[in-house]
Amino acid sequence: MISVNRKGEVWVFAEQHGGKLEDIGLELLGRARMLADSLGVKAAAVLIGDEVKALAERLCHYGADKVYVLEHPLLEHYQANSYSRVIYDLVHKNKPQIMIYGATPCGRDLAPRVASATKAGLTADCTDLQIGDHTNKDVVHKNLLLQIRPAFGGNIIATIINYDRWPQMATVREGVMPMPEPVASRRGQIVVEKAHVAHDDLPLEILNEHKREKKVNLKASRMVVSGGAGVGSKENFRLIWDLANALGAAPGATRAAVDLGFIDRDHQVGQTGTTVRPSLYIAVGISGAIQHQAGMSGSQKIIAINNDPEAPIFDIAHYKIVGDLNEVVPRMIKAIKARV
Amino acid sequence: MAYNCIVPIKQVPDTKRITGETMNDDGTVNRGALPAIFNPEDLNALELALQIKERFGGKVTAITMGLPAASAILRESLYRGADDAILITDKRCAASDTLATSYILSCAVKKLEFDIVLCGRQAIDGDTAQVGPQLAEKLSVPQITYLEELLSLENRSIVAKRNIGSGWQEVKCKLPVLLTVIGEANEPRVSVARRLMKYKRARTPIEIEMQVKQDNPDAGDSELKQLAQKKVDELEEKGLLIKQWDLDFLGADLQWCGRDGSPTKVHRIQSVILTARESKTVEPTEQGIADMVHELIKDKTIS
Repeated sequence: MISVNRKGEVWVFAEQHGGKLEDIGLELLGRARMLADSLGVKAAAVLIGDEVKALAERLCHYGADKVYVLEHPLLEHYQANSYSRVIYDLVHKNKPQIMIYGATPCGRDLAPRVASATKAGLTADCTDLQIGDHTNKDVVHKNLLLQIRPAFGGNIIATIINYDRWPQMATVREGVMPMPEPVASRRGQIVVEKAHVAHDDLPLEILNEHKREKKVNLKASRMVVSGGAGVGSKENFRLIWDLANALGAAPGATRAAVDLGFIDRDHQVGQTGTTVRPSLYIAVGISGAIQHQAGMSGSQKIIAINNDPEAPIFDIAHYKIVGDLNEVVPRMIKAIKARV
Repeated sequence: MAYNCIVPIKQVPDTKRITGETMNDDGTVNRGALPAIFNPEDLNALELALQIKERFGGKVTAITMGLPAASAILRESLYRGADDAILITDKRCAASDTLATSYILSCAVKKLEFDIVLCGRQAIDGDTAQVGPQLAEKLSVPQITYLEELLSLENRSIVAKRNIGSGWQEVKCKLPVLLTVIGEANEPRVSVARRLMKYKRARTPIEIEMQVKQDNPDAGDSELKQLAQKKVDELEEKGLLIKQWDLDFLGADLQWCGRDGSPTKVHRIQSVILTARESKTVEPTEQGIADMVHELIKDKTIS
C-alpha cells in the first residue's frame, strides 16, 4: 500500500489483447479525465504488453495526459502474475491516488491480485465513480473516490470509500461509462517504464484460445428493445429487430425467448444474461419474471407491451401498453419514423 | 496420485429472495429475514474437489469464516462428501472486507497441506469475485479463474478451460494452484443419505457449549465447561467434531483482520426498492402511441 497522496494521478488500466485496445479502457478514460480535473491532477493510462507503444497516442485522444508504457516480450499475453507484478512496481514508484480497471474477465482476474499485493482497497463492478467527502468520527476526509456499486443481487446501492490505504482502486462494468469523444489533436506525455518480469512470473501456459465477437453490445446501447416468449415465433421476432432498427437500439430477449430459439444467447438480458441500464427499455411480450427484471429494472424509462394486464412487467413500467404486440409494435415504428 | 483439496466456502443470505419486507427502513438489508444458504458457486467448487478426490484420491477440506451459524454449510459439505470441516469464527473477523477475509483465509490454508484450493468464482451477496485471486496472491500460488472445465490432472500439473467472457482459454499450470469455479462447470451433487444420517450430529465446540448451556440451565460455569468438554471429546472420538479456529490459533496479525485490516469502508447504502413507479397507461391506438413517442423524443429519451 501507499499512503494518502493528494498529488497522485488518476490511473486507468488500458486493457489490450493482441495489440488491440479494448473499448473499456477508453470508456474509463472519459471518467478518469473528469475525476482528475476535479482533483486538479493528471489522468494517466497504464499500457502493458509487447510492442504496444503505438497504442499510446490513441489513449491520449481519449483523455489521457500521460501514458505509462510497460513493454516486454514476456508481457505479450496477459497473465495475472506478470501483469500484477509490473503494476505493483509502477504503483510504488509513482504513487497514484486512484486506479481504475474494467470489470472484464481480465480486469477481475488482475485487480484483486494487485490489491492483495499492494494491500490496498478494491471495489468490484462499480457503476459510478465520483469525488466526494467522507466524515468518520468527526474527521473529514476530503475529495475521496466514491465507489458506487449495486450489491445484494442489485437490491441495494452501496457507496464505498477508502480513506487511508491507497491507491483507491475500483473495477467498472463495461458499457456503464459513456465513451468519450476522441480529439485527434490531443497530445500526451508517453513515459516508457522498465518492466521487471521473469519467466517465474508466467506460471500459466496458454495452450489454446478461442475468441468470438459478441453479436450485440447490449451494455453500450442507449436503448434496448427486448422480446419475450409472448412474441410467439422466430419469424415474428422480426418485429423486435424492426423496432430496434427504427430506434437505433440493440435487440434483447428474455431467457425464455432465447431457449425457444427466437434469438441468439448473446442477446439475453437478465440475471444469467447481461445487465443493462439504458435510457429506454422496451419490453415486448415479456411477462417480467424477477430474473429478467434484475437485468433491466435499472433502465431510466421502461415501456411494457403485453396483452395480459396482470403481467408483472407492468409493475415496473413507466409506460404501460395493454394490447396485441402485432398491432402496437408496427404503430410504434410508424410513429418513430414519422418523428425522427 | 492423490491431491489435497481445500474448499473455502461462504454462507450467504439468499439474495434472490429479497422483497420489500426484508429491507430495513434505512435501506439496508435485514439479513436476519433472509434464509442463509450455501453460496451457489461454492457448491460447484466443492463438487469439483469431490470429483478430483474420486478420480485421484486425496482429501477434501471445507473451510469457512463466519458466525457460529455458518457451521450449517460445513455440515452440508460433510453430507456431500467432504472429509474435514473447519469453522473460523472470531468476533475480531467482523467487518472484514475482501482483503482482510483473504488474509484470514490464507492464515488458515497455510496451516493445512494443500495441492489445490478451489473457490467459487463469487458470492451472491457481494458478487465481487475478489477473494479467490487475493487468496492466491497471499498464498503465493498462481490462479486459474473462471474455470469451466477441468481437462486433465497429471504429474502435478493441471490443464483447465477458462471462460473468458467472449470465448475460452485452455491453460496449463503446475500445482499448487488456486481455482475459481463458475456455475457452468458442473451440477453439484445432493447430500448422500448415509452421510447425512452420520454427520447431521456433527457440531462445532461453540455449538456444543450453547447446547449444554440450554440443557443445563442451573449448572455453574465450571460444570458447564466440564460437560461441554466431555461432549467435545465424545464427538471427536466419533469423527463428528467440526474444527473451530480463532485468530489466535491462526497466529493472524490483527492489523490485517476485521475492520482495521479492511481498507474499504461503507460510505452510504441506498435501497433500490422495486416499488410501483409513476406510470402512464398508453392506449394501444395510433394516437396514443404517437403521443408517447413524441413525449420520449421531447425529453430526449429517444434521440
